Amino acid sequence: MTTRGSISAEEAVSHIRSGDTVMVGGFGLVGAPLALIDALADHSEATDLTVVSNNIGEPGKGLGKLLRQGRIRRGISSFFTSNPEAVAAVNAGEIEATLLPQGTFAEAIRAGGAGIGGFFTPVAAGTLLAEGKEERLIDGVPHVLEGPLHADVSLVFAARADELGNLWYRHTARNFNPLMATAARTTIAEAGEIVAAGELDPESIATPHLYVDHLVASS
Amino acid sequence: MTVIADPKTIIAARAARELHPGEIVNLGIGIPNLIPGFLGADTEIFLHTENGLLGVGPRPSEDELDPDLVDAAKRPITALSGASYFDSAASFAMIRGGHVDVAVLGALQVSERGDIANWAIPGKDVLGVGGAMDLVVGARRVIVTMTSTTPSGERKLIRECTFPLTAREAVDVVVTELAVFRFREGSLVLTELLDDATIEAVERVTEARYTVELEA
Repeated sequence: MTTRGSISAEEAVSHIRSGDTVMVGGFGLVGAPLALIDALADHSEATDLTVVSNNIGEPGKGLGKLLRQGRIRRGISSFFTSNPEAVAAVNAGEIEATLLPQGTFAEAIRAGGAGIGGFFTPVAAGTLLAEGKEERLIDGVPHVLEGPLHADVSLVFAARADELGNLWYRHTARNFNPLMATAARTTIAEAGEIVAAGELDPESIATPHLYVDHLVASS
Repeated sequence: MTVIADPKTIIAARAARELHPGEIVNLGIGIPNLIPGFLGADTEIFLHTENGLLGVGPRPSEDELDPDLVDAAKRPITALSGASYFDSAASFAMIRGGHVDVAVLGALQVSERGDIANWAIPGKDVLGVGGAMDLVVGARRVIVTMTSTTPSGERKLIRECTFPLTAREAVDVVVTELAVFRFREGSLVLTELLDDATIEAVERVTEARYTVELEA
């Protein structure tokens, strides 16, 4: 679905409810939807959240802010270690952690958004991260079955959007954003700049607007 | 070179010679990141970073700093002319799909069968793996750059990895400050001694079993 035009960050995060699974784009803070995360921290009561993000922010920044507020119940990530407070919270039993290899994490989100029920990957076969997962030999090589990842709400960031919600990403700030935009029931895109429909080159739109439900301007 | 450089510099300089013009190379954190300094100006290597760029250029000057342009260690980089950007699923499809020619990365331990452990130490937090597993499984050639021993003297090239594995039988080449080892048909072979290193010196710091086939 597409709604033309943008809404406030406060209004956007009101779509997030306690107990929701929330995907958050960005590689560390690069390409992270910081205005949406701040709004979620400051203007929403939603708690008991499952967060799907490559990192759990940095201490006190990005998702690190929500972590300090004790509103994250579970993290699904490839690298908790970039926020020592997230590691401490896991070790103290305050949050539950699911660790995935980064490529598996990305592909699981892609699969979730593409209606794929899972996939076999050779990555992690025979390691700690394959424990409890189905293994199968494919062409003589051990593979691990990985499921898809879905979310109730995805928060993504794009440098530029048009008013329909078509998204254009910049440099390495693209990372997980276009994947996460596909994998949630409700996708909220934060954009550095919002232009009129038709102003983005159709050839360079990485996320077509059908994935975007709400648009929020960064500032 | 007559001046003896530090071990990491020696390793990076030797590992640089394993790379060939035209290759797509992913460099890990630590010693691998010193390699670009040893690539000749006319050696055209294309650097891939898993957070979504093919065509990584040198570190930026203050004026060139761009918050949207970082490597997998989240440090500022530049992009060369001819570079391309892509999302994380595409980036790891390149890696798993065998389209990245070489991954150069550090390791905590490598076994005599080519198993590698480089992401977790028992008893410490196992909460960060990043792209390490994808890279060692997917890259066509895996080059490990590591010192022979830990700072406390423990050997790293050993019979069986005791740390959690990153992947089994994945390593092709190991470059240390003393020697170059290659895996041939699943067996470890010492193929080169660096500078004035001796076989005895290598033997003292290597627990893994290997044969010696020094190349001229």
